[in-house]
Amino acid sequence: MRDVAVIGVGMNKWGELWEAAIRDLLAESVLLALDDAGIDSVEAMYIGCMSSGLFTHQEHLGSIGPDYSGICPIPGMRVESACASGGAAFRAAYIHVASGMADIVMAAGVEKMTDVDGGGATFALATAADQEYEVYNGVTFPGLYAMMANHHMHKYGTTRDQLSQVAVKNHLNGSKNPLAQFRMKVTPDQVKNSVMVADPLTLLDCSPITDGSAAVILCSMDKAKELTRKRLVKIIGSGHASDTIQLAQREDISSLKSTNMAAKQALEMAGRKISDINFAEVHDCFTIAEIMVIEALGIAPQGKGGKATADGITAIDGKFPVNASGGLKSKGHPVGATGVAQIAEIVKQVRGEADEGRQVKKADIGLAQNMGGSGASSVVHILEGM
Amino acid sequence: MSAPKYWREIPQRYRFEAARCKKCSKVLFPPRLICPACKSREFEKTRINEKGTVETFTIIRIAPTGFTDEAPYPVGIVDVGDGVRVLCQIADCDPENLKIGMKVRLEFRKIQQEGHAGVINYGYKCVPE
Repeated sequence: MRDVAVIGVGMNKWGELWEAAIRDLLAESVLLALDDAGIDSVEAMYIGCMSSGLFTHQEHLGSIGPDYSGICPIPGMRVESACASGGAAFRAAYIHVASGMADIVMAAGVEKMTDVDGGGATFALATAADQEYEVYNGVTFPGLYAMMANHHMHKYGTTRDQLSQVAVKNHLNGSKNPLAQFRMKVTPDQVKNSVMVADPLTLLDCSPITDGSAAVILCSMDKAKELTRKRLVKIIGSGHASDTIQLAQREDISSLKSTNMAAKQALEMAGRKISDINFAEVHDCFTIAEIMVIEALGIAPQGKGGKATADGITAIDGKFPVNASGGLKSKGHPVGATGVAQIAEIVKQVRGEADEGRQVKKADIGLAQNMGGSGASSVVHILEGM
Repeated sequence: MSAPKYWREIPQRYRFEAARCKKCSKVLFPPRLICPACKSREFEKTRINEKGTVETFTIIRIAPTGFTDEAPYPVGIVDVGDGVRVLCQIADCDPENLKIGMKVRLEFRKIQQEGHAGVINYGYKCVPE
């Protein structure tokens, strides 16, 4: 294993992008990342994408990615682990470079979700859950996270207002992110009183349906020193773990074991403690998810994630800023792109290039946590500025 | 839904069939090829209990395709003992009376119908005891 740095990042403006087909949607961020790195090609490309087949009837992104980015005949490959596809693609690219197989590899992520209607998108997303024992019985993804929320509230006393505070914080951060899908600020009352989706989760507790992409370029440290004058951002930790596909079969319904395991691996590899990390981008697909993730990462004690959020610990000027980008809640959640966009955000923050009003003050070491399904797979990476 | 996809789950959906590990006695629902607890690959057929306790629940208000006519409807995770939990709808229960810890019983019920004249899909729901 050799040292690997991220030398280029790109993310397009996320939203309902009616004019963009998946091929151009993907290429847009790839070109941004190439320009950011100051190079015109890479040796290989991994593409995180959950379900281009169900969302757009287009598979074979391993060809479309390089083709429409103008970098054929490099090898391309799609990586799928539901909503953790982007993080998994980044990890595959990292292993590729760290192994010495190649010096410069791209990890991209894309999801084009608005070519189907709401029912079609719900159907595609539900394939991340157990088809025969969860989806068959009429449960949705908001429904699965709602059951975690109810369990968490019953067991630990987490409150409706604490859930709302996650949305309030992330929309405040996202309001300063020109690439975010929903830049409006929200109040706790607006979150609580928005349409009920699955009790206790309302519409504003849920991340949206988004078209978007992101891309990052990984490079061996030796070569990176030759290629870039920007601050080098080194990958110092990588972790990846799975859990049962069914929520009902987890050891504990209101804790995220896969995230906890992935974080332990990444921290051990980095030789750091969670208190050494300055900030994090985490998978807030629902407000309760962020509360459970910060507990699994050790940012807050188990059961105290809601209180930590309400106390402002995870605010942009708090002790441990979480989702300075606006998170999935405000920035949007094009599923396969999310994990890659988290890495792009960490790199921007570490370089000191985040937008005005949402640059984390001390941003030398950042952590990205990306999660699939109801927590059935998780990927964690830690990056440090050199 | 294709006939084989529906048919092969009938032992679990109609008869609650499960597998008991011959080595460590763990009950697996649905059955698996290997016991995740002790790695044994030998099982005997058993049934999950029909009585259980609601461990958590929600009310689905925005329903997926095939369930829109039924919304809102409650869904829960039910602990039926022997280390088995199942996810199912909670029927015959006023949403106001739902609570964690309530005693329920699994019953054979209609789950969904494929259109007005389509195949009816069956399975289990739980009802208050």
